Amino acid sequence: MNTRSYDIVIIGSGAGGGAVAQELSSLCREAGLRIAVLEKGPKLRDEEFTGGELEMSRAIYEDGGGFLTADGAMTLAFGSAYGGSTVVYTGTSLLPPPRVIEHWNVPGLAHEEITRRAQKFIQQNNVHLLEEPLINDNNRLFVEGCRKLGWRAEQFPVNVKGCRGSSLCNLGCPNQAKQGTNRVQLPRAEQNGVEVVTRCEVLRIAGKSVVARVTEKSADGKGEPSSWPSGDHRINAKAIVLSAGAIHSPALLLRSGFERALPRLGHGFTSHPAFILVAEHPRPITNFVGHPKSFYLDQFAASDRFILETCMYFPFVTAKSLAGFGPEHSSFLRAFPRLQMILVLACDHIDEHNRVTIDSAGRPVVHYRCTPQVAQSLVSGAVASAKIFFAAGASRVHLPVAPSPTLTAADAARLDALAADCRFVPGKTAVSAAHLQGGCGMGRSPQDSVTDSRGRVHGHPGLFVADASLFPNSVEINPYLTIMALADRVAETIREEWQALQ
Amino acid sequence: MAAPLTSLEPVFPVLRAFVSTIVPEATILDEERWVELRRLIDLALRDRPASLRRRVRLALHFIQWLPLLRYARPFTALDPARRARFLSFLENSPLQTVRSGFFGLRTLALLGYYGQPQAAAEIGYAATARGWDALR
Ligand SMILES: Cc1cc2nc3c(=O)[nH]c(=O)nc-3n(C[C@H](O)[C@H](O)[C@H](O)COP(=O)(O)OP(=O)(O)OC[C@H]3O[C@@H](n4cnc5c(N)ncnc54)[C@H](O)[C@@H]3O)c2cc1C
Ligand code: SF4
Repeated sequence: MNTRSYDIVIIGSGAGGGAVAQELSSLCREAGLRIAVLEKGPKLRDEEFTGGELEMSRAIYEDGGGFLTADGAMTLAFGSAYGGSTVVYTGTSLLPPPRVIEHWNVPGLAHEEITRRAQKFIQQNNVHLLEEPLINDNNRLFVEGCRKLGWRAEQFPVNVKGCRGSSLCNLGCPNQAKQGTNRVQLPRAEQNGVEVVTRCEVLRIAGKSVVARVTEKSADGKGEPSSWPSGDHRINAKAIVLSAGAIHSPALLLRSGFERALPRLGHGFTSHPAFILVAEHPRPITNFVGHPKSFYLDQFAASDRFILETCMYFPFVTAKSLAGFGPEHSSFLRAFPRLQMILVLACDHIDEHNRVTIDSAGRPVVHYRCTPQVAQSLVSGAVASAKIFFAAGASRVHLPVAPSPTLTAADAARLDALAADCRFVPGKTAVSAAHLQGGCGMGRSPQDSVTDSRGRVHGHPGLFVADASLFPNSVEINPYLTIMALADRVAETIREEWQALQ
Repeated sequence: MAAPLTSLEPVFPVLRAFVSTIVPEATILDEERWVELRRLIDLALRDRPASLRRRVRLALHFIQWLPLLRYARPFTALDPARRARFLSFLENSPLQTVRSGFFGLRTLALLGYYGQPQAAAEIGYAATARGWDALR
């Protein structure tokens, strides 16, 4: 086994890891520190972002985008690449509502601080509202439908620079327009002297070192080879920052034997379970041209615990999201140029059943069950979406929770009555999630949490967490800016405590 | 076009009948497209645990032989309407394990069919990196 020594090792290069790497990188220049980011995914060259659905999913998503919960009922989407899930995110950039941070009740963590810290990333990532001519019909129809119903759709600030409207954000932007950590924070960190090692999976943490395995690029795979030779490496470090995301951070600590000292490890997992809904319009609309996600509706978040967002997916994901099979299913797919899409996100809360564990091989297993409340939120959100679709002029709506999913305009008037017959059936109704949170939650002590409010793992000086796993409960909105703000806070703590950590 | 991999070779006739019930348009695919469909499914399964590949094969055997109890024929020998009725029965099973198993297989079928660029083009999906410029 090769042995290497660094001052700081960061595990994972997504929203959390990328932010920490950038914030600590000046220490390389100022104090000569050696910092490495170990990332298990590959780094793709610009020309390798082709927009091909399966080809890109295989290259930059964990399990090709098909990671399943233990019961097989929900698909969890998360990236595995230089830049983590920010390579595949849509770049909508929101801050959490104050009520959420109050409810988190983490000592010393105020909403104001998250807002302040996020400002830096809002600027770096060029977050702004898209200009009106760049909004496509799929988004306009959502706004129009909401307006006719008396609901107020809000425009998403997005983090793009030179967006050409290819609608391929979730397959990695082929135009380098979306500002993920792969475009902004990691290159800056590298310029300052941070080493980013890709195809390097950390297997376990052992005291002040980690054991990692570097794998070779497969013959048919995308991306650059790793800068380290393939094989196992032991890396010693004075500080270790865990930013492997809400599934892998708890899993890594679990397989490193931290469970006994940290009984809350893996608990508190939430994910904003989601439905992808489609409706057909009588005429073709611009849908797979234009930025896919420009508007949302959150006025039901506090009362009915769902959020609606515009979205546009690719043929296979769309096909998978529709209920049923056969000619009726096909007929919606065959109407692709006329399809409008809405994403329903349920604002789930922590539930004792829902958590990350590991199997006998140390691989993560996610136990997730939609509580009756989440099921109700999804159903209510789906019915609200159907109203928007019809109000926007759709001729047919696919409502996967309805007893028979295809609704025609004649059904529009009786949606409220129909709602009583709508059911979310686990294992039948397609549900997926991309906002994975919790598992190493912040709190006061090992009895209620894994880290303190500054990401220090309880009882393990020099070990930090800086990613979505820190969330003590669901953030109820698109999470990346909150993750970066928290990572910024963790980085600041490491800088302040550096002398003591040595 | 790359040769198909082999993990589903023994159950391919069942897979073919299954895919054709999920996506009726698959019945008119030429052999080259079927080869590609199998290749995509095999690729999707390649990097997953061996236990998953075993479960997929097992589920296809289950689909092939369970109809014997009800129709006295295996799945591949049923007419399209009966195949659809049988799959609908699995989709709506009171047992979540059965529903999830069916959902998993349905996902593979849809991946093999709609994951092909030709299928995407046939349904009118034409996103490209050029975005708005492609319309001008
Ligand atoms: C399709 C999609 C769309 C999204 N859209 C939005 C959006 O519009 N707005 C928004 O706010 N959020 C969005 N999100 C969510 C957002 O991207 C994530 O919440 C965020 O990136 C999570 O940050 P993270 O640092 O916790 O983990 P990640 O960004 O997932 O990064 C974790 C990294 O750690 C690596 N890793 C894991 N284990 C190991 C190991 N053992 N060794 C080495 N490396 C390891 C992984 O490969 C990965 O690269 C989206 C997510 C997805 C999947
Ligand atoms: S819509 Fe814009 S940001 Fe998204 S992939 Fe296309 S060019 Fe990139």
